[in-house]
Amino acid sequence: MSDLQYGVSIAMVAAGTFFMLVGSIGIIRLPDFFSRTHAAGKSDTLGIMLVLGGLAMYEGFTVNSAKLLIAIVLVALANPVGMHALAKAALRYGLKPWMPEGSGDNGAKQKGGGQ
Amino acid sequence: MGNPFIVIGALLAAIIVIPFYRVVKGPTVFDRLLGAAAIGTKTVVLICIVGFLFQRIEMFVDIALTYAVLNFVGSIAIAKYFDHQGVKE
Repeated sequence: MSDLQYGVSIAMVAAGTFFMLVGSIGIIRLPDFFSRTHAAGKSDTLGIMLVLGGLAMYEGFTVNSAKLLIAIVLVALANPVGMHALAKAALRYGLKPWMPEGSGDNGAKQKGGGQ
Repeated sequence: MGNPFIVIGALLAAIIVIPFYRVVKGPTVFDRLLGAAAIGTKTVVLICIVGFLFQRIEMFVDIALTYAVLNFVGSIAIAKYFDHQGVKE
């Protein structure tokens, strides 16, 4: 267990925890359901991949790190797909995406539209 | 040996509680589903870190993998259920 391996794995786990914190805050603060799926789908996935990658790095070349890599691939595929299915169901359920006041159809003609 | 993972585990436990606010307050039912799915995916990581703390990594990684698959299938099933509710308003 060289110091480099230890340092890199702890750094990856810490970075992953930071991104999961960002994902949680995004779920709370973002204005609309569809923007919240960004937080839950993307930054959570990155955080989880970093943490599991750090744990696999900490573990070295063993069967457990192979399982952790499988878990990384699974979460990298499953999480965004789950969020997409949820968003699609919400859209077909009749949930309208939130639009800032000045950016309706007329707003779209101006440069950029939204805020 | 486990001292960094104890700190990381405590941080993760705090991070997992945050989406619970969205589960309780979420205006629409999909916000609640989003919070629940987010808690589920974060718990996968917490299980792996607990595995590292208890030195029984091979057992806990299997549990985490199973839980990740279960969480994914659950959110797909719920999304599919609400798909056929038809347009409400």
